[in-house]
Amino acid sequence: MRVDHKGLIDRTQRVNFTLDGNRYQGFAGDTVASALLANDQRLMGRSFKYHRPRGVLTAGSEEPNALISVYRGSDVEPNVRATVQEIYEGLVVRSQNAWPSLGFDALAVNDFAAPFLSAGFYYKTFMWPRAFWEKLYEPVIRRAAGLGGLSGTSNDAEYEKAYAFCDVLIIGAGPAGLMAALQAGRAGVDVILADEDRQAGGRLLSETYEVDARAGHEWAAGAVAELESMDNVRIMSRTTVTGVYDQGTYGALERVNGHLPKGSKAPRACFWRIVAKRSILTAGALERPVAFQNNDRPGIMTASAVRAYLNRWGVAPGRDVVVFGNNDDAHRTAHDLQNAGVHVAALIDSRWDVTPTGDFPIFTGAQVCGSAGRKGLEAVTVRTQSGTEKIATDCLAMSGGWNPSVHMTCHMNGRPEWRADIASFVPREGMIPGMLTAGACNGTFSTHGALREGQAAALETLKALGKRATACDLPAAEDAPTRMTPLWAVGGTGRAWLDFQNDVTVKDVKQAAQENFRSVEHMKRYTTQGMATDQGKNSNVAALAILADVTGRGIPETGTTTFRPPYTPVPIAAMGAGAEGKGFAPERMITSHKRTVVLGAPMIEAGMWYRPSYFPIEGETHWRQSCDREVNMVRESVGICDVSTLGKIDVQGPDAAAFLDFVYTNTFSTLKPGRVRYGLMLREDGTVMDDGTTARLSDMHYLMTTTTAAAGNVMRHLEYVHQCLRPDLDVSMISVTEQWAQFAVAGPKSRELLDGLLDQTVDDESFPFMACGDVSIGDVKGRLFRISFSGEHAYEIAVPARYGAALFDVLNEQATALGGGLYGMEALNVLRIEKGFITHAEIHGRVTAFDIGMERMVSAKKDCIGQTMAARPGVNGPEREQLVGLKPVGAVKQLTAGAHLFEAEAEVNRINSQGYVTSVGFSPTEQSFLGLGFLKNGRARHGEKVKLVDHMRGIETLCEVCGPVFHDPEGGKTRG
Amino acid sequence: MVELIATTPAEGLLPTSRSGVTLNEIVLEQVISIAPFAAQAEGVEAALGIKLPKVGGSVAKAGKELVWFSQGQFLAIGFDPTDAVMGKAAITNQSDAWCALEIKGSKSEAVLARLVPVDLRASTFKQGNVLRSKLGHMPLHITRVGKDAFRLMSFRSMAGTMVHEISRAMDLLDARG
Repeated sequence: MRVDHKGLIDRTQRVNFTLDGNRYQGFAGDTVASALLANDQRLMGRSFKYHRPRGVLTAGSEEPNALISVYRGSDVEPNVRATVQEIYEGLVVRSQNAWPSLGFDALAVNDFAAPFLSAGFYYKTFMWPRAFWEKLYEPVIRRAAGLGGLSGTSNDAEYEKAYAFCDVLIIGAGPAGLMAALQAGRAGVDVILADEDRQAGGRLLSETYEVDARAGHEWAAGAVAELESMDNVRIMSRTTVTGVYDQGTYGALERVNGHLPKGSKAPRACFWRIVAKRSILTAGALERPVAFQNNDRPGIMTASAVRAYLNRWGVAPGRDVVVFGNNDDAHRTAHDLQNAGVHVAALIDSRWDVTPTGDFPIFTGAQVCGSAGRKGLEAVTVRTQSGTEKIATDCLAMSGGWNPSVHMTCHMNGRPEWRADIASFVPREGMIPGMLTAGACNGTFSTHGALREGQAAALETLKALGKRATACDLPAAEDAPTRMTPLWAVGGTGRAWLDFQNDVTVKDVKQAAQENFRSVEHMKRYTTQGMATDQGKNSNVAALAILADVTGRGIPETGTTTFRPPYTPVPIAAMGAGAEGKGFAPERMITSHKRTVVLGAPMIEAGMWYRPSYFPIEGETHWRQSCDREVNMVRESVGICDVSTLGKIDVQGPDAAAFLDFVYTNTFSTLKPGRVRYGLMLREDGTVMDDGTTARLSDMHYLMTTTTAAAGNVMRHLEYVHQCLRPDLDVSMISVTEQWAQFAVAGPKSRELLDGLLDQTVDDESFPFMACGDVSIGDVKGRLFRISFSGEHAYEIAVPARYGAALFDVLNEQATALGGGLYGMEALNVLRIEKGFITHAEIHGRVTAFDIGMERMVSAKKDCIGQTMAARPGVNGPEREQLVGLKPVGAVKQLTAGAHLFEAEAEVNRINSQGYVTSVGFSPTEQSFLGLGFLKNGRARHGEKVKLVDHMRGIETLCEVCGPVFHDPEGGKTRG
Repeated sequence: MVELIATTPAEGLLPTSRSGVTLNEIVLEQVISIAPFAAQAEGVEAALGIKLPKVGGSVAKAGKELVWFSQGQFLAIGFDPTDAVMGKAAITNQSDAWCALEIKGSKSEAVLARLVPVDLRASTFKQGNVLRSKLGHMPLHITRVGKDAFRLMSFRSMAGTMVHEISRAMDLLDARG
């Protein structure tokens, strides 16, 4: 129920939202949890395994029970904590894990089957009969398992990723963090202060403490105002630092529009990578529940949560509240409630040696050992020295002490240390280089202690940064000592919950130990304690304390499991922000792109470049028509193709020739200026890395080409060779792939076209086969190379890329006038297959020069990369799969790439495969399908018949093995 | 007589702006790469009359700009050093290879924070400083050219993606209000 005169909410702004279709009203500043409690709605979820009715346990991001799904159109976000989701007008949320409704959940029968569903039950069941697993058990389990679900449609929410840099990152804006930020900010260093909450203040927002003679939250607001006025301080709210990584790098998730009404165009979240020279962890602490029979009913929550709902949100979670704890801190809950006019039914302290005071029934040396009220707490049972007693109550505020939030300090695989005096784990110094800890996360629980340690940490940080600073005045604050006696579990026979989210009880932990899963890592996985989305924040310490107890060890000896990022769940969409759709990879466009699209050519993507498949003309309805026409066009008149995408690497220097001799298998130092040579490049292990043509422009100047896809790899390889293997060579290289737009002009009429277009004469004298030289078109200086990938008389002309689009149009016009035109990738592929020219389909990373029949290109007169390994036994010889050509000779004419090859009469099985097909195309020139592939000892088997079998497409074709060059094997056309 | 018309890398895509930030294309008429051969750095400096910039730096003198590009490589922007350094250095024309954009405004650093994974704060990345990094997934050469202004250079072929990614970052930042 709502309480007057309390809370930091804005009572002038009413906000309406729905849960499971039911309408509720709250105020601006409410979370879903606080608003539901204000409306007396205690039932908020169903537990994972037993589907028990659950209410909210906490008031923070560690919440294990009140998990909801937020609906925004087609975007459904599951497992949102009701304690974190701020309400806005029109918010739609639904409960999870209940069917048909939260109030009546059919799977609650699981609770009655509990004895059969204890820890690890699935390792011992669902085995018989075998057939039932796939048909019955698995589908049923799959439906029953899981927490929350997605919409099933594409998520159209936008996400961002970003980077930030600072001198100090302060994690947590409670009193310790605010004090550290003030001290560091005033000294002038760059500070980032991050907090997962919507506003800074930490516990000061939820307690009735005074700081500097003002309400704690007012002091916090004042500190924030001062920090906001500093240019060097950046406050990041709604930002959870999720993980600590190497060398001062931190991950953080900023929730951006989750609290804004529909229509906001801001991103849902931003995933930050923050690099900080130093950091201060001021992450606070989380209160521990107490395990007792049926301690999981709606209405049972931590004492600090009750104070938060009361003081921050102006909500009394019950009308007759019982407080139960093992420490002094819990007493404040009773006093705060009473001062606000809420009835306190009892204060129960498990310790004997204390004398709390207050105007309500007080029990010491007593424990709550049971509860009643399935859909909502109705009563608790208290065990005292004289027996048990039932107390009517609708809200139990329980406190088992505090767990410092040490998680961040352990992300680089450190383990915290146990402090027996506060019965808590605390950080060990130096676990994260450059990180200091202060306040409650350090085991210092008073407000004064937090302020003091925050300041000290900031001063030490400033010193490490080389900044002089004097300590500013510390505001006055309470400094109560921590007094508590550990109470992990109350004795009893029923189930007592430890991990609320995964439904793991004290019995389960004891059973794990009994079955010899005695290490904390085994206990965790066997019981699944600590493995839910709250990552055991509410149960890790209690569970290991119980495990320690039953295995006769101390808590330090039992130890903790590994702490891993992220601290709270991070949507994968945030980590992959910007990488969906077009953002997945850059799009590389050729200079002829616009025209190509206008002409209706379908595009394919090759290594990020977009290239045309074919250029359909009017009347063509099938790609083969276009492709066949383009092939004929190139062989009969002239074709134009944009080949700008091939890598072009400029190599210059006194030792350029020696360098190329080293990276290529063949010799380039003997190449004359003005000439081009085909080159083969090996990897150090002797396999073929890439091939291409390299031109010598002058004595010390070469221009290398690579294949499109391998351009980056080759560039990297050349830099590696130069910097690491041959730093003695005086040579320099740089990519000019982008500098030049380059076009193939191929076919019998290619010379005629270019001779007419260029300022220079193009004839056999000026440009014999494999020659190159400078040319021009008016003021535009270009280069011409007489090389051919089609097997026709052909050239490639290069101009600076700014003229690429214009030149493409001119070439198209002139080619068309000569009876030719444009051709795309399909035709380019058929043309080269007809000539047996290889691409990366053939040099796929596992073939050697020997395999493709180019072993003689590996010069014996000089060393080169890969030469030694290429001579290993096993990479040469008849056992190798060698490059061959294939033609269909039976009734079936179809060849497919990826098919395997078998002897004509052999049984088609894995062992009998003799090779495979790499490239196929229909050749209008040969009027047949042609294929290239690799066949064991292929060069000695020309004329033999083999069976091509494509298991995936169900095709079987009888083929004849032949040489890979089908058309013009003498090469007369290119040389003409 | 054929006259070829030139197009710029980001032709037709810019300018664009949102609150606090504008994005324009910079047309770099002439960009030449210089990589001094072994023991020739001083000779190149003498020939050019400019000291070669340190790693991450740039030098500007009377309309000529020389920027650090990568290990032992520099870009000459706005002048042609070819004749002066011929034989002392490897020289290539890079005038058409790069798409150069200028992002300017009070929010320019915040926009770049979404795409560039290096420290661009004015205290560490000062005017005239230069870095090789990434713009999203694209290779980047970035120079701070003003208090709130940066020159971004990436591959010409990626001009469309450059504009798309920066525009998206600008949109999402703008939407936060």
